[in-house]
Amino acid sequence: MPVVAIAPYVGVPKDTVDRFHGNQLLYVGWDRHLMFYAPVCLCLPPAMTFGELVRGPLAEAWSVHPQWSSIDWSAVRWLRSGEAFDPDFERSLADNGIGHKEVLRLQTPGLEALPGAV
Amino acid sequence: MDMNVKKKLGLKEKYALMTRSLGWETSYEPMDAVFPQTRYEGIRIHDWDKWEDPFRLTMDAYWKYQAEKERKLYAIVDAYAQNNGHLGVTDARYINALKIFLSAVPSLEYNAHRGFARLGRELPGVGPQIACQMQAIDEIRHAQTQIHSLSNYNRFYNGFHDWKHMNDRLWYLSVPKSFFEDACTCGPFEFIIAIGFSFEYVLTNLVFVPFISGAAYNGDMGAMTFGFSAQSDEARHMTLGLEVIKFMLEQDPANLPIIQAWIDKWVWRGVRLLSIVAMLMDYMLPKRIMSWKEAWEVYFEENGMALFKDLARYGIKVPDCVELIKKEKDHLSHQAWNAFYTAGKMTNFHTWLPTEEEMDWLSSKYPDTFDRLYRPRFEHYREMEKQGKRFYNTTLPMLCQVCQIPMLFTEADDPTQISYRQVTHQGDKYHFCSDHCQHIFEREPDKYVEAWLPAHQIWQGNCFAEGADPGAPDFDPLKSVLDYWHLVYGRDNLDFEGSEDQKNFAAWRAQATRN
Amino acid sequence: MSKVFIALQANEDSRCIVDAIVADNPEATVNLQPAMVKIDMPGRLVIRRTSIEERLGRDFDLQEVQVHLISLSGHVDETEDELTLSWDR
Repeated sequence: MPVVAIAPYVGVPKDTVDRFHGNQLLYVGWDRHLMFYAPVCLCLPPAMTFGELVRGPLAEAWSVHPQWSSIDWSAVRWLRSGEAFDPDFERSLADNGIGHKEVLRLQTPGLEALPGAV
Repeated sequence: MDMNVKKKLGLKEKYALMTRSLGWETSYEPMDAVFPQTRYEGIRIHDWDKWEDPFRLTMDAYWKYQAEKERKLYAIVDAYAQNNGHLGVTDARYINALKIFLSAVPSLEYNAHRGFARLGRELPGVGPQIACQMQAIDEIRHAQTQIHSLSNYNRFYNGFHDWKHMNDRLWYLSVPKSFFEDACTCGPFEFIIAIGFSFEYVLTNLVFVPFISGAAYNGDMGAMTFGFSAQSDEARHMTLGLEVIKFMLEQDPANLPIIQAWIDKWVWRGVRLLSIVAMLMDYMLPKRIMSWKEAWEVYFEENGMALFKDLARYGIKVPDCVELIKKEKDHLSHQAWNAFYTAGKMTNFHTWLPTEEEMDWLSSKYPDTFDRLYRPRFEHYREMEKQGKRFYNTTLPMLCQVCQIPMLFTEADDPTQISYRQVTHQGDKYHFCSDHCQHIFEREPDKYVEAWLPAHQIWQGNCFAEGADPGAPDFDPLKSVLDYWHLVYGRDNLDFEGSEDQKNFAAWRAQATRN
Repeated sequence: MSKVFIALQANEDSRCIVDAIVADNPEATVNLQPAMVKIDMPGRLVIRRTSIEERLGRDFDLQEVQVHLISLSGHVDETEDELTLSWDR
C-alpha cells in the first residue's frame, strides 16, 4: 500500500532534482574513515568533472585526515550505488553516470589502518 | 429518624458508573459517521465494552491526584529557583544534556497531547475515550511543566533560548519531530500502538527512569522533579498501552498481522530515536549510575522481553529488529557522541572529549568495543586539540530518509563500515541507515517521500536567514543557516572548553561560596 | 518466570509503601537508585492497602500510589484493597 489513508493520497516527493537550482545532490563516503561520522551530502552542478569533485569538495571535507595526502588515486576503488565503478576524472558527473541523489563510496586499500577506524 | 446512610461505592462499581453509563448509541447520525476514522486501517472491533482501565481511574480521582502532583512539582521548582539550584549540579557540562532534552521533549509531549486528544474523540468506546482524555491532559501538563522548568536554566545558559523555533528547524531536532509527526499522521489505532504501546510501554522507561535518576545523581533537582512528575503519569499510560494491545488482539484474529507490522515499525522507530538518549547517559552525565547498555538490558531486554513473552499467546512475535539492536547496544552511544562532537559547529549545545577517567569508565562498561574502536578515535581528536586544531566536520551529513538521523550507524557485524541501504522509487533514489528503515519506507513510500530532510532543505535554499542573498560574494552559508536556526556562532555551539557557559558557571559558583 | 517491577519516587510516603510491599512479598528485591526505589519480583507482586495503612498510621487510598509512581511492568489489577502486578494470567 503506498500509504494508509482515509482517502486516496499521492505523496509529493520533497527532493526532486528540479528543486536544486540546476544542481544535484551527491552523497560520498570514505569507507572505514569514521572521523567523518557520516557520508557527506553535497549539492553540485552535473557538469562538474569528477576530478573537480575530488580536488574541490572532497578535499575540503577530508584533507584534514592524515592519510588524505597519501592516497594513490590510481589504486583507489570506487563504488556507485554499491557497485564497482571506474570514474573518468576528466569527464563530468553526468557523463560518469552520476545522477541526482547518487551515492559514491571511496575505498583506499592499504590506508585503512589507523586505530579506531579514524 | 431514619438516617439515610450513603453506601460508599466500590472501585469497580464507581468505574462502571462513571464510564460505561456515559456512552450511548447515536440515533440522529449513524455511529460510523460519528466515528469515521475507525475503519480505514483494517482493525476490527466488535465490542468496545470489553475494554477496561485496570487502574479503574475515574475523572474525579484523576483531578485529585493530578492536583497533588502539580503542587509537589511546583513547590520543588520554586525551591530550586529560589535556591539557585542550577549551581548545585556536578559540572556545567551536565547542562548540555538538558539542552538536548528540553529542546526535543516538550514538543513530543505536546504532540502526544494532540494525538491522544484526537483519540479521545475518535475511538467509539467510552473506556478508551476517558483514558485517552486523561492521557491528553497528562501530556499537555508534561509539555507545560517542561517549558516552565526550561526558564530556570535558559536564563543562565546558552543554546535553549528559543527551543520552539529550533524544534521546527534545527537539523538533529528533525529526528524527534518527524518521529512524532509520523505517528500523528497515522490512523488512530496505529497511533495508539505506536505511542501508547511501542513507545510508552517498551521504551519510555529508558528516557525517564535511568536518565532522570541520573539527573538527580548530578544534583539537578529541577529536572528530577519534572521528569518524575511526568513519569508518574507514564505508569498509567503504559498500562493503557498494554490494555489496548490486548483488547485489539482479543477482538478479532484478523488484527494480528496489522498490529505485528506496527509493532515492528514503531519499536524500531523508537529505538532509533533513543540513540541520542544513549549518548546523554554515557557521555553527558558527569556522574553516571549505569551505562546505556545496562539500562537497555534492564528495561528492554528483561522487561520488554517479559512483555513479548506474555503477548506470544496472541501470536505476537518479538520484532525482527531486536537482533540488530542487540548488536548495536555496544556501539550506539559512542557513535552518536562521535557524530555530535565532530558536528559541534552546528549544535545548540557544547561538546567535549571524555576525560581519561571517563574513558576508563566507558571501557569498563563496554569492554568489547570501547578500547578497540572508540578510545583511539577520541585520542586522535585529543591530539588534534593539543595542536590547537579542535576537529569539526564542516559538511552537511547524508541522512536516512525515514529516521532522519545522519548515516552514522555501522553494519551489524562490521563496526568500521557505515551501513548503506537504497531503493529507487518512481525514478528517484532514497537512502536508509538500515534494513528496518528501508522496510518502513517500502510499506508506505507516499508518506516518506515527503520527509523534510534538513540537509536537503538547506541545499534547496529554504533555510537561510531572512533576506539573505546566497548569490552575494561574501555569503557564508554556515553562518546564514545558524542565523536561521537562531543560533549564535561561538556562543551557543562549539566546544565546552572556553565557552561562556563554562566561564559563567565557574564565576557564579565562586560567588556562592564567598563574598 | 518473568519479573514484574514497580518503581517509586524516594520520599516519606513511599518509604512506608516499600516496607509494606517487602513485608507482603518476601521474594521482592529492593533496588535503591538516586531519588528512586525499584522493586523487582518474580511473577506477581501484590500491594495491600491495609499493610500500607499500618505503617503510615492513617487511611490510605491505593490510588494515592499514583502520586509516587515512576514506572511498573506486568498486567495491573486494582481494587480498593489490592494493587496487583503479574505476568501469570
